[in-house]
Amino acid sequence: MALKVEHEMHRRRLGRNVGLGLVLIAFVALVFGLTLVKTKRGDFNTVPPSQAEGSN
Amino acid sequence: MTDTSIQTQVQQGDAGFSDFFALLKPRVMSLVVFTALVGLLAAPVPVHPFIGFTAILFIALGGGASGALNMWWDADIDRIMKRTQSRPIPAGRVTEGEAMGFGAFLSVLSVTMLWLATNWVAAAILGFTIFFYVVVYTMWLKRSTPQNIVIGGAAGAFPPMIGWAVATGGVSVESVLMFTLIFMWTPPHFWALALFMKADYHEAKVPMLTVTHGRKATRSHILVYTILLAPIALGIAATSIGGPIYLAVSLILNALFLKGAVDIWRRDETTAESDSYRTEKKVFGLSLLYLFGHFCAILLESGLRAYGVGGW
Repeated sequence: MALKVEHEMHRRRLGRNVGLGLVLIAFVALVFGLTLVKTKRGDFNTVPPSQAEGSN
Repeated sequence: MTDTSIQTQVQQGDAGFSDFFALLKPRVMSLVVFTALVGLLAAPVPVHPFIGFTAILFIALGGGASGALNMWWDADIDRIMKRTQSRPIPAGRVTEGEAMGFGAFLSVLSVTMLWLATNWVAAAILGFTIFFYVVVYTMWLKRSTPQNIVIGGAAGAFPPMIGWAVATGGVSVESVLMFTLIFMWTPPHFWALALFMKADYHEAKVPMLTVTHGRKATRSHILVYTILLAPIALGIAATSIGGPIYLAVSLILNALFLKGAVDIWRRDETTAESDSYRTEKKVFGLSLLYLFGHFCAILLESGLRAYGVGGW
């Protein structure tokens, strides 16, 4: 007799945990992607481009 | 005692991932995604593809969050009506508290993330949409007035306005007209469904127009709203998101929808029952095509404009 019996309850919990894990990974990737895009576009620049050029 | 003697029945709180996904009302979410995407793409300001994707994702999540909060509040009537008895809460797979926490968390997350990803105007409209659907429609109007579907329909009409605000950071005539198109379309669409889907609203004490004012009055209401809808739909053709293709599509769809509404108005219950509500079912199907066709035409005009051929 198998020591560990797979029940509906275990299957549901595993599905929920794996699903949540994947969602969290996707969320981290999304925030990382957003940060990259916004940084490249200069959304986080506090100094206006004209002033930045003038100071050089 | 062995492992197998421990309680292994599926109990409340043992929800699977798919149960939480079902709380988001995925079918409603698909309409939200489509109309928000059209609003975003039709706007005159280009959006970075990744930011556009993120915005649509969080608009959809906000719509899903309001669906979860709706299921939490309506759990008592969902247990009564046959159509909703298999939903996660009445079926016992998700507790009411879990649904409430899940919906509230996703509401805050979606609004905050939309704000960080785009701008405060889009986030504010999304926040207001969730508030309107959950508080104004679900908690207040749904159980108190037969006009529930009319005013509640506004919640489903906001997504193109949010999409537009994501791109432009504001509100304009075009986005308000897209909102009004869905707002005025919802009542005839839903009442056509209510005529042939004899749902058990009466047992659940939900004052649907078909129950409170009768089916004859519902038929008249469908006609009135369809007549009022036509000038709004055609009016969009004259704005910056319209054009000859949109006008042609809108003329055809409005003619068909108006004919359908007149057909429904002229019928009585005996005739409708004798052919199993054939006309009502046809008009309901047509209403889906009506909205899809209008938004596809807006999208097409916008796509062609990029090549210098769309619009007037």
